Amino acid sequence: MMFAAAILAVLAALILTVARALKGPTVFDRLLAANSIGTAAILLLALFGFMTGRPEFLDIGLLYALLNVIGTLAVLKFFRYGSLGHGGEEEAEA
Amino acid sequence: MSVVIDLVSWLLLISGGFFFLVGAIGLNRMPDVFTRMHAVSVGDTLGAGLLVAGMALQAGPTLVTVKLFLILLVIWFTGPVATHALARAALQDKLLPLITNRSGKLVEGDPDKAAPKGSSKPVKGRAKP
Repeated sequence: MMFAAAILAVLAALILTVARALKGPTVFDRLLAANSIGTAAILLLALFGFMTGRPEFLDIGLLYALLNVIGTLAVLKFFRYGSLGHGGEEEAEA
Repeated sequence: MSVVIDLVSWLLLISGGFFFLVGAIGLNRMPDVFTRMHAVSVGDTLGAGLLVAGMALQAGPTLVTVKLFLILLVIWFTGPVATHALARAALQDKLLPLITNRSGKLVEGDPDKAAPKGSSKPVKGRAKP
């Protein structure tokens, strides 16, 4: 019951975050929203696992948490340099 | 004893959900990228921490609790790193924070030039969105 209440709150937050990701004027707004969506997904997985009495979902949540930051940094790098293969050595002159 | 644990767990989960929701509302209401980052970080750190604490109380001292706090640790370390990278990238992309000028209007401005020396009033904080 208590997990259902928390799930409802996180789901409402998720909907609002998706709204910002869809309308965000700059790419940074969308990325910020995407990062927040990832956190909400992790918490939803954990809460859902607890609600159904199967906390094995936590492993998937841990994987999501590790992938989340890599995804954000990768998209940032792509928009900064135009490719993911950039070595970053010329950053001082850029 | 179990009633007390349940009660504290309720409190933690409800307040965690509340802070997460507040962060998401702030993400929609704030006027520019930097203030939105400020709003979201509340939900992603405080909200996640409270929710995980509430779940850990229900799990008790098991492996599940260890995994929960591992997730929390990852969120707490990577969230600020990602937000910092975002803010840096936004600044490098010539995206400046919004400030209120002397007539109270929101303008995009350079934080270093926010308060010129001759001005009678210091530049106030952020206006309402």
